[in-house]
Amino acid sequence: MTTQSTTSASNPTANSQSALLLILRLRTFIALIAVFAFFAFAAPNFLTAANMVIMSKHVALNAFLAIGMTFVIITGGIDLSVGSIVGLCGMVAGWLVLFGVDFGLGWSIQFNTLEIIAIVLCVGVFVGMINGLLITKLSVAPFIATLGTLYVARGAALLFSDGRTFPNLNGNPEYGSDTFVLLGAGSVLGIPITIWILIFVGLGAAYLASRTPLGRHIYAVGGNEKGAALSGVKVNQVKMFVYMFSGLCAAIVGLIISSQLVASHPATGETFELNAIAAAVLGGTSMSGGRGRIAGTIVGAFVIGILSDGLVMMGVSSFWQIVIKGLVIIAAVVVDQAQQKIQSRVALQSQAALGK
Amino acid sequence: MTHPIGLSIRNGTKVYPGTIALNNVDFDVRLGAVNVLVGENGAGKSTMMKVIAGVEQLTDGELLIDGKEVHLRGTADAAAHGIGIVFQELNLFPDLSVSENIFMGRENLQFGVHIDRKRQREVTQRLMERLEHKISPDTLVGDLRIGEQQIVEIAKSLAVDARILILDEPTSALSSSEVEILFKVIADLRARGVGIIYISHRLEELIRIGDYITVLRDGHITGARSMEGVDVPWIVQNMIGSASKDFAKSVEHDFGKEVFRAENISLLREGGKFVVDNVSLSLKEGEIVGIYGLMGAGRSEFFECIMVQHPHSTGRFFVDGEPLTEKTVEGRIRRGIVLIPEDRKAVGLIQMHSVRENMSLSSLRDFTRWFHLDLEKEKKAVMDYVRDLTIKIASPENPVSSLSGGNQQKVVIGKALMTKPKILLMDEPSRGIDVGAKAEVFREMRRLAAEGLGILFVTSDLDEVMSLSDRIIVMSNGRITGEWDRKDTNESMVVAASAVGHARATHIPEKELAE
Repeated sequence: MTTQSTTSASNPTANSQSALLLILRLRTFIALIAVFAFFAFAAPNFLTAANMVIMSKHVALNAFLAIGMTFVIITGGIDLSVGSIVGLCGMVAGWLVLFGVDFGLGWSIQFNTLEIIAIVLCVGVFVGMINGLLITKLSVAPFIATLGTLYVARGAALLFSDGRTFPNLNGNPEYGSDTFVLLGAGSVLGIPITIWILIFVGLGAAYLASRTPLGRHIYAVGGNEKGAALSGVKVNQVKMFVYMFSGLCAAIVGLIISSQLVASHPATGETFELNAIAAAVLGGTSMSGGRGRIAGTIVGAFVIGILSDGLVMMGVSSFWQIVIKGLVIIAAVVVDQAQQKIQSRVALQSQAALGK
Repeated sequence: MTHPIGLSIRNGTKVYPGTIALNNVDFDVRLGAVNVLVGENGAGKSTMMKVIAGVEQLTDGELLIDGKEVHLRGTADAAAHGIGIVFQELNLFPDLSVSENIFMGRENLQFGVHIDRKRQREVTQRLMERLEHKISPDTLVGDLRIGEQQIVEIAKSLAVDARILILDEPTSALSSSEVEILFKVIADLRARGVGIIYISHRLEELIRIGDYITVLRDGHITGARSMEGVDVPWIVQNMIGSASKDFAKSVEHDFGKEVFRAENISLLREGGKFVVDNVSLSLKEGEIVGIYGLMGAGRSEFFECIMVQHPHSTGRFFVDGEPLTEKTVEGRIRRGIVLIPEDRKAVGLIQMHSVRENMSLSSLRDFTRWFHLDLEKEKKAVMDYVRDLTIKIASPENPVSSLSGGNQQKVVIGKALMTKPKILLMDEPSRGIDVGAKAEVFREMRRLAAEGLGILFVTSDLDEVMSLSDRIIVMSNGRITGEWDRKDTNESMVVAASAVGHARATHIPEKELAE
C-alpha cells in the first residue's frame, strides 16, 4: 500500500490500474486461450474436428452442472448433491426406457422419449426442491442439507438396480422411445444436440442472471440476505428456485449421459459436484455469495475440460492431471482476490477524486 | 489547571492512494483531560485515530509519546504504550459472550493455557456495574441491541486501564440516560489522569464534556484551543467553513387525511415481557412524527412489526383506512410503506453491489415487463434520484462500500423513495453521518413531507426530535408515554416521559459532571 503513496496519485497509476483490471477481469478467458493454444501445439490431433466434438461434449456435461451451481453459490449456498442427482436421474431414465412403469397388474405404462425426458427432469427438480425445503423451512445449512441428499440420492440410484447397470437403452420404436439415443449421439447442422441444449440453457441462465428481477434477487440474497429480505426480496422463494434449477441441470446431465452410453450405471456422476464447483470458482464466482457470472462459469468449465482432455492426449499421467487441476483452481482464486483488491481501490480513487 | 501532554503528532501526513487524509497536522493529547476532536465525515478524524492506535502508520511526520518519538507497528504495540480505542464500527464477536468479547486477545490465563472464566466473569460484572448496565457477562453479544453492544465496546476499553483512551462516536447509539452514565465514567477516568480523545458529531455534547477542542477539515486542522468560550457556531464554522447550517425549518403546509394507523400493536418476547406494548398511533399525509425514547424502548421493534419481521406480533395496521393484510415485506412495500433501517451496513445496503443495483432493488417491478428488466429505464430512474438527492458518486456502477456514510445513507433513502412510498419509516436517519449530510437528510425529509409523504422517524437525539417533528411521540418500556404537537411541548416534558417506568432518575444535572 505504502509503495503506492506518491502525492500526485491519481492519473498515471489509475490508468495502468484500470488496464490491469481489464486483464484480470478477462483472466478466465485469457486462460482459456492460453490453454487452447498450448495444446494446439503440444498435443497431436488436438485441433481435429472429431476431437473438438468429443471435447465439447465432455465440457458440456460439467458446464450444465456448473451453471446450476453458479446460481446456488451466488445465493451464498452450495449444492453437493448434483453428482448424485445425475446418477439417480440416469437410473430413472434407464428404468423408464427399459421397463416403463409397472404396477404389477399384468400391464405397464410405456413412455415416449419426450415423456421420459419430462419425468426425469421432474425427478431432478424434485430432489432440488427437497434441498430447498430443508434449507428454507428447516433451516439446515446448505452444505449439510445437500450432503444428506447426496447420500440419499446415490443410495436410491443403487437401489433402483441393486447396483447393476441398465444396458441397451435403445428404446422401442413401438413406444416412441427409440429416439432417446439421439439426445447424446444426434446432431443438428453438424453440431451435437448436447451442445445445442447447452447453448440454450447457457443463454437462458445468463439472461436470467442479468436481465430479470429474479436474477437480481439471486445476487441480492447472496450479497446480504437480511438486507435483501427487508428490501422486499422473497428470500425463501429465491433459494427454492436456485436449488430446483440446480437439480434440473443435474437431471439434464443424467439424461445425456445415459443416452450417450446407451446404458445407465448407478455410480455415474460421482465427484461431478466438485468439478462443477471448480468451474464456477474458476469463472469468478465468489464462494461467499453475491458475485459471479454465467459466462465466466462456462469459460471456467471449458478451461477445466480442455485442460484434462489435453493432458490426456499429451499422455500426461492421470495422477499429475489431478495435481495440475488443483493448482489451476488455487491460482484462479488467488488472482480473483487480487482483482477484488484492485477493483475496490480503483472505485475508492474515483470516489476520492470526486470529493476534491 | 494544567494538563501534561501525553501524546502528540508533529507535522503528521498520511497519504492513501489518490487522497491525502492528513495534511501536516499537529495534535496534542493532554492527560487528565477530554480532548475533543471534531470534523465532517472524511475530514481525517478516523485516520488520525488509526495512526494513534497503531492501525496505520504516518507517511510523514512523527508521533511522540511523553516527548519521545515512537513507531507503533500495530494495535498490540499501541496497547503496550497504554493506548486504548473504541472504534466507531463495532468490533465485536456476535457468537461469543460479553465477557469473552471483553477479554478477547488478552484472556486471563491459568498456567498459561487455561482461561479463567470465573475471574473474567467477575471483572465483566464489575465493569457492567460501573457502567450501570444490567447486561449479564454470559449473554451473547449478538443478542444485544446496538446500543448495548456499544456499552460492551466501552467496557472492553475500560478493562485495559488505558492511559490514553480514544472514543470514536461512543454515543451514536446511546440514549440520553446512557450518555449520562458514560459521561460520569469519563469524568472518573479524567480524574484519574487518563487522556481521553473524544470524537462525536453531537456538538452540544462536545462542548459540555470537552476540555480542549481540535477541529479538522479536509485533512487540515482548522482550529485548536481550550474549550473555554467555544460555542456551536464556532465549531460549525471551523468544520464546514461557513456559517451554521441550521436544521431545515418547517415549510408550512397543511396535513392531508390520515394515511397510516396502527392499532394495539403488541410484541411479546420470551420471559413474558412486552417489547412493544399496546401501541396505537396514526400518521397524516405530509406529517413528520418523531418517536423519541431510550434504547430498548421498543421503537425499532415497532418498526419491525410494521415490516412483518415479527410474525407473532398482534394488532392491526391500516393504510389509507384499509387494513394492511399483506404478510410479506414485498406486499407492504407495494402498499406504500418502506423502512430505512437503523443499521445501514448490516441491513440497509448490499455493500459489495453497485449503487444502481442497491437503489433499484426494492422497485425492480417498475422496470420490468413480464419478466424482462429494462436496464436503460432502471439506470435513468436511478440517476434521477442520484441528482435529486445530490448523492456524490463517480459512477452508479461503483460499489456502495466506496461511498462515505452520508452518501450511503442517501442511497438508502433513494432506494426507499424509488418505491414511491406513502409512508416513510426512518430508524435513526442521522446515525453516523456528518453535520453537512445530516442537514441535507433533514431538508430532504422536510421536502418529502411537503410533497405529502407521511414520515415516522425514530431518534435518540433530543434536538433532532424537537426541531424536526410536527408531532412527538415518546416511548418507554414498549409503551407510548407521551404524545404532543411540537408546539405544545418542551424538552423536559419529552425527557420525563421517556423515563416513565424506569426505576431511577435518568436525567443527571450537568453540574454534577462539571465539578
